Amino acid sequence: MDEQIAIATVREQRVYGRPRALTEETTNYCPGCTHGLINKLIAEVIDELGIQENTISVSPVGCSVFFYRYLILDGVVAPHGRAPAVATGIKRMLPDRVVITYQGDGDMAAIGMSEIVWTAMRGENITAFFVNNANYGMTGGQMAPTTLAGQVTTTSPQGRDVETMGMPARMAEMIAGLPGSAYVARCAMYDARTIRETRNAIRLALRAQMTGAGFSMVEFLSACPTNWGRSPQEALQWIKQTMVAYYPLGEFKVSEMVQRLKANK
Amino acid sequence: MAKELLKGNIAIAEAALRAGVDAYFGYPITPQTELLEHMSRRMPELGRVFLQAESEIAAINMVYGAACTGAWAMTSSSGPGISLMQEGLSYIALSNVPAVVVDIMRGGPGLGNIQPSQADYNQLTRGGGHGDYRCIVLAPATVQEAIDLTVLAFDLADKYRAVAILAGDGLIGQMMEPAQLPPMREGSRIRPPWALTGARGRPPNHIAAFGLEAETLEAMNWQLQAKLQRIRECEVRYEAWLTDDAEILVVAFGSVGRIAKTAVREARARGVRAGLIRPITLWPFPYAPIEQVAARVKAVLVVEMNTGQMVDDVRVAVRGQTPIYFHGRPGGSVPVPEEILEQIMTLHKKG
Repeated sequence: MDEQIAIATVREQRVYGRPRALTEETTNYCPGCTHGLINKLIAEVIDELGIQENTISVSPVGCSVFFYRYLILDGVVAPHGRAPAVATGIKRMLPDRVVITYQGDGDMAAIGMSEIVWTAMRGENITAFFVNNANYGMTGGQMAPTTLAGQVTTTSPQGRDVETMGMPARMAEMIAGLPGSAYVARCAMYDARTIRETRNAIRLALRAQMTGAGFSMVEFLSACPTNWGRSPQEALQWIKQTMVAYYPLGEFKVSEMVQRLKANK
Repeated sequence: MAKELLKGNIAIAEAALRAGVDAYFGYPITPQTELLEHMSRRMPELGRVFLQAESEIAAINMVYGAACTGAWAMTSSSGPGISLMQEGLSYIALSNVPAVVVDIMRGGPGLGNIQPSQADYNQLTRGGGHGDYRCIVLAPATVQEAIDLTVLAFDLADKYRAVAILAGDGLIGQMMEPAQLPPMREGSRIRPPWALTGARGRPPNHIAAFGLEAETLEAMNWQLQAKLQRIRECEVRYEAWLTDDAEILVVAFGSVGRIAKTAVREARARGVRAGLIRPITLWPFPYAPIEQVAARVKAVLVVEMNTGQMVDDVRVAVRGQTPIYFHGRPGGSVPVPEEILEQIMTLHKKG
C-alpha cells in the first residue's frame, strides 16, 4: 500500500511548468509572435536566479509595453525610447536591485538611440532586452531602423532603399563597441538549440548585472508573422535564412569580469 | 541661521538639498547652470545621487525612474530644455509620482537668448505636454522666496504626488542678494507603499501613464482631475499689497511683481491709489482674489516679460467687469519701474 502511494506521488511530480514570474493572463501578442517566448525565457531565468522579488522592469511603447503586465515584477512604463534613462534613475536609487528594460527596435534603435548609447557608455549596471523584429509591430508594420535592405513594409512599399534610408542598424555590434558594455549577445529562437542559447544569454546578462559587471544587452531576432505576411513557421524560417545572414548570432562583447562568470557557471 | 549673500541658482540648489532632495539629474543651459554645478559638488558630499544626463530628455526620464522608487528627485533647466522635458512631464503627471522641476526662464522662442523672460508661462501653467494635466507652478520674486518656494515645491510634490515647477527667470537665477537658508532636514522618510522596489512579500506595483481600454484611461483621467481640483481648492498663493483702497490694480508675477511693487509705491507717493496682486502660484491661479479686487477698481494693469500670457488668466478672473491693460517686454528685456509707473499714471489720468 505504502509503495503504491509513493509511485503515484512520483508520477505527479512536476518537471516542467509555467514560470512563477510569468502571468497566467492571455497575452495580446499575435499567433506566432515570439515576444511571448522571450517573455517566458526571461521569466524562467528570473525564477532560476531567484530574483523575482528583487527585479524592476521598464517597458516603453509598442508591443513591448505589455512586458510589465505579463511578468510578475514591479514595473514602470517609460516614454518611447526612454527606458534606459528611466532604468538609470531607478538603478541609481536602488543599486542592489536588478533593473531590466524590454525594448523594441524602433524604440531602441531609432527614437531611443541617444538614451541606449549613453546608458551603455556610462556602463550603467542594467540589462537591456532588445526585440528586433525588423519592423514597427504595434503600429502595423512600418519600416524600422532594423528593416532589412529591400524588405517591404507599409512605409517602404518598394522595399527598403538603402541608397536613401541607409543600411539596417546592427545594435548588438554597435553597443559592443562602446567601452561601458560588459556583455552583448544576439540570439534567435527558431529551434531547440537556439532557444537554449537564448536562455543562456539571458542568464549571463542578468548574472553580469548581479555581479556589477556593467551594462548588458541581449538582442533577440523575433518573429512578427502578422506584419511580415508569413505563417508562424515561415516567419521562423525567414529569421533563420534571411535575418541571421545580416544579423549574425553570438556574443559580441564578453568583458573579463563576465568571462570569469562564464567560466564558473 | 544668519542671512548670507547668495546667487539665486545656488540658493535654489542649496534649498533643495536642505529640503531633502535624494537625486538630481540635469544638463547645462544658461541661465541655470550654476544650479547643476552646485549639485555636482554637494550631492556626492551628502552621499546623494547626482548625474549629468546626455540631454534634458534623458534628465527628466531619470527623474521619472528615481521618483518611481519613492525618492525625491529633481531637475532644472531653461526654456529650450523645458520644451524637451514635456514628454516626460506628461508621463510623470498621469503616473502620480512626485517630481520637482526648476525653470529659470530665458528669452524665446527658439534659441532666443539668455536674458530674463517670463515667456514659458503658458507652457508651464497649461500642462505643457500632451494630455489633460497641470503642474503646480510657483513663481518667486526674490532669492529668499526662491528658497522658500523650493522647499514648498518638494512638500507639495510629495503631498499630491504631482509635478511642482519653480518658475524663476534669469534675474532670479543670476542675481545675488542676502537670504536665509533653512536648516538641513534631519531624519529619513518612509518609502511610500506605491514605490517600485521589487515585489518582496507583496503583489507587484505598476506605474504606468497607460490604460489600453477607454474605461480604464477615462477613470485614470478623472482620478487625476480630482487631485488637481483639490490642489485648486487648497494651494492658491498670492501677495496682495495696498489693494483695499486701490483704484488701479497691477497684476504681475515673479521678478516683474517685484519691479511693479516699486512702481506702485512711487504711484502712491504721487497720490495715485495703486495696488498690486502678485500671483505666487501661477497654477493654481488666484482667480478669486483678482476677481474680488478687480470688481472695485477702475482699471487693471497686467505687466509681464512676454507679449501677454498671464493676462489671459487675468481676463478670466476679471470676467469683463473692469478694463484690462497690458504692458509687456519680450525677448529678454526687463521693464524698469519708471515705465510701469508711466502706465499707471496714464491710466490714472484717463480717470
